[in-house]
Amino acid sequence: MKLLKLSLSVFALMLFSFSTVSCEEKKKSENINHETEMKNNETHDHEQMDISSMDHSKMNMQKSEKMKLIITSYLQLKNALVADDSKEAAIASKVLYGTLKDFDISGYSREDQKELTDIIEDAAEHAEHISDNPIDHQREHLLKLSEDMVDMIAIVGSDRTLYQTNCGMYNDGQGAIWLSETKEIRNPFYGSKMLACGVVQKEI
Amino acid sequence: MKRRWKYILGVLILGLAGVQFIPTSLNRSNILPKEDIINAYNAPKEIVIILKKSCYDCHSNNTKYTWYSRLQPVRWLMEKHIREGKEELNFNEFASYSTRRQRSKLRSITDQIKDGEMPLKSYLIIHGEAKLSKVEKAILIDWAGTLRDSI
Repeated sequence: MKLLKLSLSVFALMLFSFSTVSCEEKKKSENINHETEMKNNETHDHEQMDISSMDHSKMNMQKSEKMKLIITSYLQLKNALVADDSKEAAIASKVLYGTLKDFDISGYSREDQKELTDIIEDAAEHAEHISDNPIDHQREHLLKLSEDMVDMIAIVGSDRTLYQTNCGMYNDGQGAIWLSETKEIRNPFYGSKMLACGVVQKEI
Repeated sequence: MKRRWKYILGVLILGLAGVQFIPTSLNRSNILPKEDIINAYNAPKEIVIILKKSCYDCHSNNTKYTWYSRLQPVRWLMEKHIREGKEELNFNEFASYSTRRQRSKLRSITDQIKDGEMPLKSYLIIHGEAKLSKVEKAILIDWAGTLRDSI
């Protein structure tokens, strides 16, 4: 009984004091955040300096190589969804996430750099969502990701012919596009449910 | 036997008292920044009410805490939810996102509401009032769509 009484009073004391403890903690964590932000900025500067001293043609080659990887992993992801394979889609989206994050935007005009930063940020976020969600959710993100891919290819270019295909039914009849390596329609938004739904809009 | 139960209860209470020391911070701010979606896009009153009631606890810098959500271990769980929620989408910073990301988020908002994914079921267990009615869903989806086309 003694122990019970003792612990109850300790508990009451704790409750009384917990709000003051947390306020101080908050201040501390804000300071830490600020410091890490500053450190991040520094490393960014260093990276940019290294790149600017690199040979230009070598850089362009590396870029098209990296874009090739991005497109390949996007197509793998798309094909996994065509096959209703959520697991495979998750794996491909992880690869895609890595290749997107790895893409170097230096060497482009300032305008293109801004656009590419925005596209990559957005596309990487979609890839992240696809990697840990059920198939319906993966498909919703493929819609947005595909639009990002079209815009990115418009700036960076593609190593292969791609077909921009539209499925007018998906997205509540508002339509949704995807990129395919073949003219043959194989719908990643519906998979086996409606494999042939779609029209090729243009060749890229 | 009786003594043993008292002992266990005592240890439990002591343990609960102990975990109150887990350091956490409260997600609170009285400022509605100009980058906030409500301010930046002049959200109509009914949208403001819905957003604050059902979304802002986890997707803004200001959470309305209930008394028990200030206690551990509930508070610790809440902190995790809020951190993840804000990372995904912080309405307070909405207008500072790139236009592309804003459009993308608005589309995700629509998708998540339509699919009944948001607000999270685990959150609704404690916050029943945050549940969106059919009408509220329709209003929110309509507004998100219009806003997406306008930015």
